Amino acid sequence: MAAVFKARAKGKDKEMSWPLNVLFWVVVIPGTVVLGLIASWIVRKVSALVQWRVGPPLFQPFYDVAKLMGKETLVPQEAQQTVFMAAPLVGLAGVLLLSIILWRTAFYQTAFVGDIIVVIYLMVLPSLALILGSSASASPHASVGTAREMKLVMGYELPLVLAFVVVIIKTGGKLNLAEVAAQAPGLSVSGMLAFLVALLCVQAKLGFVPFDMAEAETELGSGVLMEYSGALLAVWKLMQAAMLVALPLFLVTAFLGGFATALWLGLLEYVLILVLVILIKNTNPRVRIDQAMKFFWVYCGLILVIAIALAILGNAYGIKWL
Amino acid sequence: MWSLKKSPWVFHVNTGACNNCDIEIVNCLTPKFDVERFGIKLVGSPRHADALLVTGVVTAQAAPRLREVYRQTSKPCVVFATGACACDKGIFATGYHVVGPVDKIIREIDPTAIIVYVPGCPPKPEAIISGVVQALSVL
Repeated sequence: MAAVFKARAKGKDKEMSWPLNVLFWVVVIPGTVVLGLIASWIVRKVSALVQWRVGPPLFQPFYDVAKLMGKETLVPQEAQQTVFMAAPLVGLAGVLLLSIILWRTAFYQTAFVGDIIVVIYLMVLPSLALILGSSASASPHASVGTAREMKLVMGYELPLVLAFVVVIIKTGGKLNLAEVAAQAPGLSVSGMLAFLVALLCVQAKLGFVPFDMAEAETELGSGVLMEYSGALLAVWKLMQAAMLVALPLFLVTAFLGGFATALWLGLLEYVLILVLVILIKNTNPRVRIDQAMKFFWVYCGLILVIAIALAILGNAYGIKWL
Repeated sequence: MWSLKKSPWVFHVNTGACNNCDIEIVNCLTPKFDVERFGIKLVGSPRHADALLVTGVVTAQAAPRLREVYRQTSKPCVVFATGACACDKGIFATGYHVVGPVDKIIREIDPTAIIVYVPGCPPKPEAIISGVVQALSVL
């Protein structure tokens, strides 16, 4: 295991002293969760300010999780109990594993060959856990939410993977996150197109408007999370908070390459992506599931075909900005 | 429970109301009154809720459903009987379809339930918010 993490990335590895190393491993999981809860507060506060309201205080997401931990956990009688209780834990574990790999790349520039593929697989895990948990709920509302979430996942996974294919083409076939980050493939025409599509796919993965039809409050009365309560619901909230850290971080690492140059630049880019997500969230209505699938497959697919063609052309003729 | 005071999530149940109280409750949740400052959020499922805002005199058809919703709310929870009908049947007291005010139905399944009365026909959003905040300070 240690040998995997000792893989050097173009000589850009940072040998930190062992106390800092220990500090990193101790802080990375609770730090991700705390940062995710603060990010979810930023989302709620900025949404409130955009709507000319005041919005919740800073520690509101922490109060929410603390309150949910103290409530009764109800499990429906007809629910498939093992899957019902394991699904939120599997989702949270997947997101935390994803963020460990990303923070490791951000701080230490260490990576292993093929880790971009591992990250893409790990990113599917929270959506899969949501689908499993809600289908184990034995509730008609939850099953409609499950159907919508499954269709949405089928919709955005293809453009998301194709966007990262553009990144891999632009960096000349490297499957190593640190080397991809060092080259910042987002700062080119095809990279920008791929970044825009990946941003919308991240919006769908986070379950934000315009793609929140799985947990559509006014239509489905909580949809996928309908039957969850108490501690299990708290774990879902923590998973959603951690996704707010991991997914924009992946966009920064794969496209904008901020952490390779400087830490503050990476954090600035993370905040920029968060602001974009919030603005898209507040200025759009919810779309239907068939509209979402058409959007992802037809329009995003078209943009990505153009981006891939431009990336291959740029690579073949040595034009860096294409 | 201190965190219950800081983050009370609300679920709205209509047990046969004329809709006036429902409109006033939904008014509370608009940006003008901004109850999100108190951490109050409207949730779509009783399993997520800490407070049930019950409106309406309980009709015979709604009574078993109200009991089911109360059972599905994870404890500890508070029931807010909003409006004159929910507090004590209001102007529909002599109707043939009226089974009882909200507290009678809830106490049948849980004698120790915490019930808060917010009278008015309909109660103004300020009154509803004041009732919720007062109840939370007592919890």
